[in-house]
Amino acid sequence: MRARRYWVLYVMLVPALVYLAVYKYAPMYGIVVAFKDYSLGEGIVASPWVHPWYGHFSELFGSPYFGQLLRNTFLLSIYKIVWGTALPLVLALLLNECRLTWMRRWVQTLSYMPHFLSWVIIFGITGAFLSESTGLVNRWLEQLTGHTVGFLTSTDWFRSVLVGTEVWKDMGWGAIIYLAAMVGIDPSRYEVARVDGANRLRQIWHITLPGIRNVIILLLVLRLGHVLEAGFEQVYIFYNLQVYPVADILDTWVFRTGLENLNFSLAAAAGLFKSIIGLVLILAANRIAKRWDGQLW
Amino acid sequence: MVTLVRTRIKPRAGTRGTTRISSREDRIANGIVYLALIVVAVVCVFPLLFVVAASITPYGEVLRNGGYIVIPRSITFDAYRELLSDPAIPRALSVTVFITVVGTALNMLLTTLMAYPLSRKDLPGRSAVLLIALFTTVFGAGMIPTYLIVKATGLLDTVWAMIVPGAVSVFNVLIMKTFFEGIPEELVDAARIDGAGELRILLQVLLPLSVPVMLTLGLFYGVSHWNEFFQAILYVRDQDLLPLQVVVRNLLARSQATENADAVLPLVTVQMAAVVVAAIPMIAVYPFVQKHFQKGVLLGSVKG
Repeated sequence: MRARRYWVLYVMLVPALVYLAVYKYAPMYGIVVAFKDYSLGEGIVASPWVHPWYGHFSELFGSPYFGQLLRNTFLLSIYKIVWGTALPLVLALLLNECRLTWMRRWVQTLSYMPHFLSWVIIFGITGAFLSESTGLVNRWLEQLTGHTVGFLTSTDWFRSVLVGTEVWKDMGWGAIIYLAAMVGIDPSRYEVARVDGANRLRQIWHITLPGIRNVIILLLVLRLGHVLEAGFEQVYIFYNLQVYPVADILDTWVFRTGLENLNFSLAAAAGLFKSIIGLVLILAANRIAKRWDGQLW
Repeated sequence: MVTLVRTRIKPRAGTRGTTRISSREDRIANGIVYLALIVVAVVCVFPLLFVVAASITPYGEVLRNGGYIVIPRSITFDAYRELLSDPAIPRALSVTVFITVVGTALNMLLTTLMAYPLSRKDLPGRSAVLLIALFTTVFGAGMIPTYLIVKATGLLDTVWAMIVPGAVSVFNVLIMKTFFEGIPEELVDAARIDGAGELRILLQVLLPLSVPVMLTLGLFYGVSHWNEFFQAILYVRDQDLLPLQVVVRNLLARSQATENADAVLPLVTVQMAAVVVAAIPMIAVYPFVQKHFQKGVLLGSVKG
């Protein structure tokens, strides 16, 4: 009877396990193409091994462009992590300090609307404001200064556009978790502080922020674990030839090298490099995060 | 390995400071907070309103004003008519609707079937299955090897290439599993004593109690399908199978090539109409589902 009970449960697991086996684990076998000279005609198994086995990796690491890719990936990620932590935190503090329930609810609902928009939509919206010929901001700039700025085509501005649009998209969404942590703070601590004469800013500094310190650190550490994920879809949709020097990241390069230039093996080697570094970073991040695994988590 | 939040949102209205007589300093602080929040709301909403306004501005007014203004004096829906007269757009819409409906249904089915057994702490081998699932969240084979497997399984250039390779999200399985684990065991035990099998327990006891998490995950999956872009550019070359986001992106790119030409203005209007069409379903749906968010979003927000 008991065995039959479990048997049903195992059957339920089969479809998802088959999915994982075929689309998550079989590709791990496909990694061997990084050590072969893959050709579409011969397939994964029949393609010849490359000599020496690290041939594609030495080509990768020897290329000066690879350093630039890494630099772009790291810089973009770090900027996104810094701004993507600070601004949602500020929004959460504002919402937490807001005494009008209806206002808090409205602003919160509106603020996570952009999270549901695709990067294509956000690219369209960005163009409406920042396009050099038709954008609203550039029309204002032209009237005020007589000059326009190629926000989407200039290497000086492009990263800021990427960071800014990402923060716009996920600011409200990111605030949710900080806000929830703030709600968990014991209200009597604020009472005590008020009796002691602390104003609102001092209450934020001495009670709210320390109260959610663990959450902030934990989220930061987890995001650092994903530092090599600089946002393929966003960059791919936004970038153009003029801004490659600052915008080309590991993932976009892998995509172009593999699927546009059909150099599958070299692209797979870069992908494997990224996956392994990513694995190490995520495991390290999780280990560190466990230390802050305090009362909330 | 994956940390989930188990905070519950308490009803927070007037938790502090409501009965106190507010000082002058406090009123100033409140004023600053309200002002800042209004700015945030405007920053979130204005860009979309501007795009909507641009999409309904007549060409004549664009010429007269030298560009788009925030509130047009007259409106026209010509851009939408022109947009939908291009057969590529209705076709792309039908592809997107198909992958959203079928994809989300498949996602929810597989996610539920995986989450329920994993929520049963007495199941032998549970931790091994969990480990197998969790490993895929920290180590991925990468774009190219995954492409080769999608190719090998014959999905390239089919609509299924945008559905099957993402059939289960392990993160969402964990969210649902955590939710199931929070349901009192006595209910399941009572049903079992009444002779209900596992499938019946899942369907008749757990699912009716799981509406919030089902709606939340349904929204997550649905949004990701409606916004499908990545798998389409990887796996689909056939123009007739491109989803809406890719077609809109191609339409948006058309201006960039000719950005400095004078005749782009009507094209920009059509582009703005396309952006609105691609955005509206998500904006229309999320406020209704967000009531049920609270738990689900908190569980999922770590994944970002």
